[in-house]
Amino acid sequence: MALAETSSAVAPKPKPQGYWSGVRARLVRDPLTMICLAVILALILSAILAPWLGLADPYRGSMIARLKPLGTEGHLLGTDEQGRDMLARLIYGGRLTLFIGLMPVVLAFFIGSVLGIVAGYVGGLTNTIIMRTVDVFFAFPSVLLAIAISGALGAGIVNSLVSLTIVFIPPLTRVAEAVTSGVRALDYIDAARATGAGAWTVIRVHVIGNVLSPIFVYATSLTSVCMILAAGLSFLGIGVRPPEPEWGLMLNTLRSAIYVNPWLSALPGVMIFITSLCLNLLSDGLRSAMNVRD
Amino acid sequence: MSATDPRAAGAATRPLISVLKLKKHFPVRGGVFGRTQAVVQAVDGVSFDVKPGETLGIVGESGCGKSTTAKLLIGLTERDDGDILFDGHALGAQLTLKDLRKNVQMVFQDSYASLNPRLTIEDSVAFGARVQGLDNPEDRARALMERVGLDPDRFAHRYPHELSGGQRQRVNIARALAMSPRLVVLDEAVSALDKSVEAQVLNLLSDLRKEFGLTYIFISHDLNVVRYISDRILVMYLGEVVEVAPVDSIWTEQAHPYTRSLFSAMPSMDPDNRTKEPPLAGDPPNPINPPPGCRFHTRCRFAADVCKLRVPKLAGIARNADHLAACHLHDAESGHPGAGKGIPA
Repeated sequence: MALAETSSAVAPKPKPQGYWSGVRARLVRDPLTMICLAVILALILSAILAPWLGLADPYRGSMIARLKPLGTEGHLLGTDEQGRDMLARLIYGGRLTLFIGLMPVVLAFFIGSVLGIVAGYVGGLTNTIIMRTVDVFFAFPSVLLAIAISGALGAGIVNSLVSLTIVFIPPLTRVAEAVTSGVRALDYIDAARATGAGAWTVIRVHVIGNVLSPIFVYATSLTSVCMILAAGLSFLGIGVRPPEPEWGLMLNTLRSAIYVNPWLSALPGVMIFITSLCLNLLSDGLRSAMNVRD
Repeated sequence: MSATDPRAAGAATRPLISVLKLKKHFPVRGGVFGRTQAVVQAVDGVSFDVKPGETLGIVGESGCGKSTTAKLLIGLTERDDGDILFDGHALGAQLTLKDLRKNVQMVFQDSYASLNPRLTIEDSVAFGARVQGLDNPEDRARALMERVGLDPDRFAHRYPHELSGGQRQRVNIARALAMSPRLVVLDEAVSALDKSVEAQVLNLLSDLRKEFGLTYIFISHDLNVVRYISDRILVMYLGEVVEVAPVDSIWTEQAHPYTRSLFSAMPSMDPDNRTKEPPLAGDPPNPINPPPGCRFHTRCRFAADVCKLRVPKLAGIARNADHLAACHLHDAESGHPGAGKGIPA
């Protein structure tokens, strides 16, 4: 008897295998995605920890040490056109570049999700108003829109953040609306409404969990576009202003040195390329990991 | 139990739910400014009563308005016209939608689509009770899971995709019952299950009806299933009721030509008694522009001129006053050549 009681007490309860633990398990088994994740994390960490990495001052130039090639003593990645250490500038540049590359997408993800879920769930006139307004923004190519808004607001980091956020709200709203109206048509939403639950409760319990992962995956695929757009704004001189280190801006200022030291001028481009490639592959990996269903 | 249900405001003879001239027309929009181009008359003037404790079976072809009727009953689709009286209280006037939904629940056909894939079974079943602020939603959910034949210790924390179709449909039934409803609308609830599981679920439904004093509206296209579970059968055609009758009466003799073709389309179990009548030819007419007069006249073998002009009234037939049919053949004054004689054999 005592034995039976202990064994029943010790008997492992059927452990609920949650959705996210499944996603994690599938991600860990995907080496490419894990490598990309590691690269992104390394970039973000090095950007955050830049002051403590023992790097040279990214702002201090030297007229005699200009455009040193890669592998120069004391300047592992050479120096730029004002003799500033490239390694330091690239790592410090990651701070601004990643910030204005990721932040607009994060903001647009929240705003676009709210707009899209409301439009998709409520439908009718609300849907028409939200979606037609969003359509207006689709009339302009995203680069042109970002340049136009930034240009109108004036150069500066905050203004490029604002303009890029505005650029990314419409596509995210559209995806959120499409996914939500798909879920809205399923019987479990009808069943939930039939319990007498209000719209907010139904959205919170039954809609958000089922629409957020496709929107999230789409948002991660936008981060690389956003980084390139942000770099483009800086390149055009309506984003970050010199002497701040930023990859797009560095690409612009080193452009004139392309015949003198082509590898050096390519470095900021390489950083943008690696980051956006890793973000894209990461978003692909997330998409397949989140695609459970039976 | 239904007669002694403390919630029953009226006498046992009063219908639990009355539907009067229910109408739902879906606009078909098109053109540059999305103007209404046409109207689909999905449900057009449907009326019926369901007594407490009774099971009403609704049958008909795909697209005849069965499911729309179900969704109108529970307010998932807004009605355009007509009245719904629950226990004598008119929806909208004396009864709010929220109160109606405490008393009326629904089980859907697609057992997978009707469960949120991200919620555990327990959470799905307990959701309604939580929303309505009932005590101990989790205990309630577990008790009901036990009652529908799912061990709560094994299933409470599982997700819908880990269950079989029959198990999922049991979860859906438990979820509907978690609200302690008095009327359950079963929309093709067993149609997607294989035959052996279907029988188990049907038996479960019969047991639950007795135990909880439930009233069912059972929608199906399978006449044998409807016969097994129903007390009365209602036949719909193109958004209208063509026949309502007690099961035995309609099984012995179908009063409407459409019902007869529906029954003759049923595969016969007896090789010596094969289908005699030619099966119904062609698709049902487009509900956007239903034929005038009797909507069935385009496919009816007994159609006469009067059928194209006048809409037949739903009335008791000569043999049995409880057996209602909407056909000029049963109306002595209709002007049909065979009026008052019923369908020729």
